[in-house]
Amino acid sequence: MEITLTHYLVLSTILFVIGLIGIMRRKNLLLLFFATEILLNAVNIALAAISHYRGDYTGQMFAFFIIAIAASEVAVGLGLLIVWYKRTGRIDLDQMTSMRG
Amino acid sequence: MFEAIAFYLFAALTISMFTITVMTQQALYALSAMAAGMIFISAFFFILGADFLGAVQIIVYTGAVMALYAFGMMFFDTTRTVVEKRTNPRFVIVLATLAALLTVLVVIVPIIAVDMPAQLPIDPSAGNSQAVGMVLFTKYLVPFELAAVMLLVAMVAGIVLAGKKMDKSLTLMAEEEIELMQTAQYTPVAHEEVH
Repeated sequence: MEITLTHYLVLSTILFVIGLIGIMRRKNLLLLFFATEILLNAVNIALAAISHYRGDYTGQMFAFFIIAIAASEVAVGLGLLIVWYKRTGRIDLDQMTSMRG
Repeated sequence: MFEAIAFYLFAALTISMFTITVMTQQALYALSAMAAGMIFISAFFFILGADFLGAVQIIVYTGAVMALYAFGMMFFDTTRTVVEKRTNPRFVIVLATLAALLTVLVVIVPIIAVDMPAQLPIDPSAGNSQAVGMVLFTKYLVPFELAAVMLLVAMVAGIVLAGKKMDKSLTLMAEEEIELMQTAQYTPVAHEEVH
């Protein structure tokens, strides 16, 4: 029973779809961030698997940069979220309608 | 055989953990389930021979990102159950179609592009960490430096955004008081003695 590249790609797709479901159904911004992390991790699995089965380091390198981007996204996003929570007391997405015309 | 057992075990664990993260009503359950899922994902990297990536996954995700989320959740009302939104069905249909198309693409593209030459072929004589270092500091040096600058900018932004006026509670102040405080920042300090 050999584990092939397709196994990893299917797993990565399942995780990506779980993240998309989270983005579609969540209203709380913190939990929306969680769903974003799931999306990034699903892509990381696919990149590492392709890197392994193709014998190429490029996939791993891109996974490293994705991790760096995820870390900076969390830092900036949480900072903005804290400021918003201090001002309004809520972090719900459908409440942010201050720019409605 | 052991690889297959490990793959299916960790696949089931990861999928169930992330399903809990997405479906639960409690923010704390979501946080801990996602931390567990991140650690289980690092197992895939170890199976795939990307040891350094697995270590980075554990250190950065469960060490830094999860700690940052836990820190951020101190500010928010996490005991309240999360109320879900009722989404527009058209939006859901568009996103689901997009996800299905993406699924087909992701699974098909590596099968079609079979004879794609490796740009940076894996050197079996060097260990994974050593080889990653060699590639990262030669071919990917400029993106590496850019990522370092980006992380620095993100750190400064996080400190400036979250650490601003930690001693004052902006939620308990009126809008006029906040404006007064912001304008008072820009008035010059009167006669500061420097020796």
